[in-house]
Amino acid sequence: MAIDLHKYANPKRFLAITSAIYPWSVWLTVILLLGGLYLSLFVAPPDYQQGDTVRIMFVHVPAAWMALMIYTLMAVSSAVGLIWKHPVADLTAKAAAPIGACFTFLALVTGSLWGQPMWGTFWVWDARLTSMLILLFLYLGYMAIWESFDDPAKAAKAAAILALVGVINIPIIRFSVDWWNTLHQPASVATMDGPKIHTTILIPLLVMGLAYTAFFVMVLIIRVKAEILKRRLRVLQIAELRES
Amino acid sequence: MSRFFQLIGRDIRLAFRQGSAITLSLSFFVIVVVLFPLGVGPELAVLARIGPGVLWVAALLACLLTLDRMFQADFEDGSLDLLIIGPMPTEMLVLAKVIAHWLTSVLPLIVIAPVLGLSLNLPGDSIVALTGALLVGTPTLSLIGAVGAALTVGMRRGGVLLSLLILPLYIPVLIFGVAAVDASIAQLSAAPHLLLLGGVSLGALVVGPLAAAAGLRLSLS
Amino acid sequence: MSFVAQNLACQRADQLIFKDVSFSLSPGEAIWVKGRNGAGKSSLLRICARLLSPLSGHVEWQGEDIFKDDDIYIGEYHYLGHLDALKHAFTVRENIEFWASFHGSPNVDFALEQFELQALADMPAGMLSQGQKKRTNLARLVASPAKLWILDEPLSALDQQYIALFRERLRRHLAEGGMALFATHQDIELEPVNILNLDETAL
Repeated sequence: MAIDLHKYANPKRFLAITSAIYPWSVWLTVILLLGGLYLSLFVAPPDYQQGDTVRIMFVHVPAAWMALMIYTLMAVSSAVGLIWKHPVADLTAKAAAPIGACFTFLALVTGSLWGQPMWGTFWVWDARLTSMLILLFLYLGYMAIWESFDDPAKAAKAAAILALVGVINIPIIRFSVDWWNTLHQPASVATMDGPKIHTTILIPLLVMGLAYTAFFVMVLIIRVKAEILKRRLRVLQIAELRES
Repeated sequence: MSRFFQLIGRDIRLAFRQGSAITLSLSFFVIVVVLFPLGVGPELAVLARIGPGVLWVAALLACLLTLDRMFQADFEDGSLDLLIIGPMPTEMLVLAKVIAHWLTSVLPLIVIAPVLGLSLNLPGDSIVALTGALLVGTPTLSLIGAVGAALTVGMRRGGVLLSLLILPLYIPVLIFGVAAVDASIAQLSAAPHLLLLGGVSLGALVVGPLAAAAGLRLSLS
Repeated sequence: MSFVAQNLACQRADQLIFKDVSFSLSPGEAIWVKGRNGAGKSSLLRICARLLSPLSGHVEWQGEDIFKDDDIYIGEYHYLGHLDALKHAFTVRENIEFWASFHGSPNVDFALEQFELQALADMPAGMLSQGQKKRTNLARLVASPAKLWILDEPLSALDQQYIALFRERLRRHLAEGGMALFATHQDIELEPVNILNLDETAL
């Protein structure tokens, strides 16, 4: 009966590979996160101007990295899904979006918490924070379009088109926001480029970045598996509906 | 090629027969701009300071207001099916619809914008810059908007989703457009900003029709 | 010159609607697609009109796949769907004129005459009754020539007099070597006609 209905629900090889990776990603997340937090809270020196508040950076900056990286990953897997019609690629993009949105949100919240001691206000229209905010809107739009179609195959294509248009636009948006910022910037305000990057700061940043990446992989595997099961359930429900 | 102009001609004639679409976005544009002096007070210095931004934001919103009809009207009466299976490539079809949308819904805004600029106390030079920036920048709004309109065609409440999808992508146009007017107010050259706007428009000319055509084919299937 | 559909299968929202549907049309032939509601009649016609891609199988026009090499197929067929594709602000003549010249070489007066629309020609389409709208839409079929007519419910909203009129036009189209593929609930009383019953091939 099913010519192709199970194509979504039967990615055996994918499941086998991810099941092998999953435990590693859990352990890596735990170890890297503990190590990264130790390095950033106890080893990295306090900033001579900002004191200990600079440590928010170790949460903030890697989160901003992740936000951009995950959107790029979404666009790449969308392209793979569009061109080679690989269903797992579509589901990967779908599963990654909320995680990316959460990292973007984390970057925004930590950015504004960092802004309070630095600028005396919770929100500054700094170029980076503003770009992050726009990125959050892009994530929300992407997630909304997935929910707007009844047919998952159509939703996948529409979302993929949007992700690709979005990823072309991100550098332009980024550039325009920087442009806007330099036009309007009051001279004396410190930016989030903040302290010069010493190795004592760079290493904890990188470790935290890797920890976030491992965490992302772990959650992504869980979410993609859940999406595949959801597809399988849908196919079974339709089959049952037809028999009754 | 004659079909291309036929389609543009049809859309323009339709817009004039029905009339409401043109006057609707135009009155919306005027009302939004008029709200600002009422909201922030009539001080001329303040108005001149926020004027360029107000005009651009109002133009973005007025454009957005008409975008969801770009394909929706043809979708609802079945014309879109016939257009798509016709002899014109879907990308050209999108381009024709975009041009018709720009001529009927955006061009009237540009015509009236100088008057509104005067009411916001913009100096004469900057009004020239404003008109130039609108002429160079607004095609992007129709081109990028076509992608959103194509993806949401046939959806109930597609207009709300459309604004969420499209407005973030309009930000570069807003920034460069306002910067051009601000530069001319500050007695600086608006040219670099206009060039950037033109660059964005050219990029959108490539990406917009391609992505919107893909979106249309998918929405219909 | 022929139209061949082989082993078509159609999927809508993860649900397989039909599979293994095959048929072929030669000049002068007509196929009446039958089936209960939801059997996929409209989907089949939309596939043949290139509005929907089949899940599997292929459709050929003169031996060329209509989805891969569509150049020779475009312009050779008319598709008439559930919706009337009429702009209410335009007159009957303007509506027919636009579609005819968009499709190919227009002959609007002939079409108006064939469907007895001369008196209505300058009325705005928005003022027409359902039956008159249907006739305006049917007039598209003859306003610019095409070999194949793909018709989804061409008789709905027509009264007996115009059903007979349409039947005559369809017969003439077939007699001139045309082809037709249509789905309708009403009996069109067309002879001879091949019947394709989707209930037998569906799941």
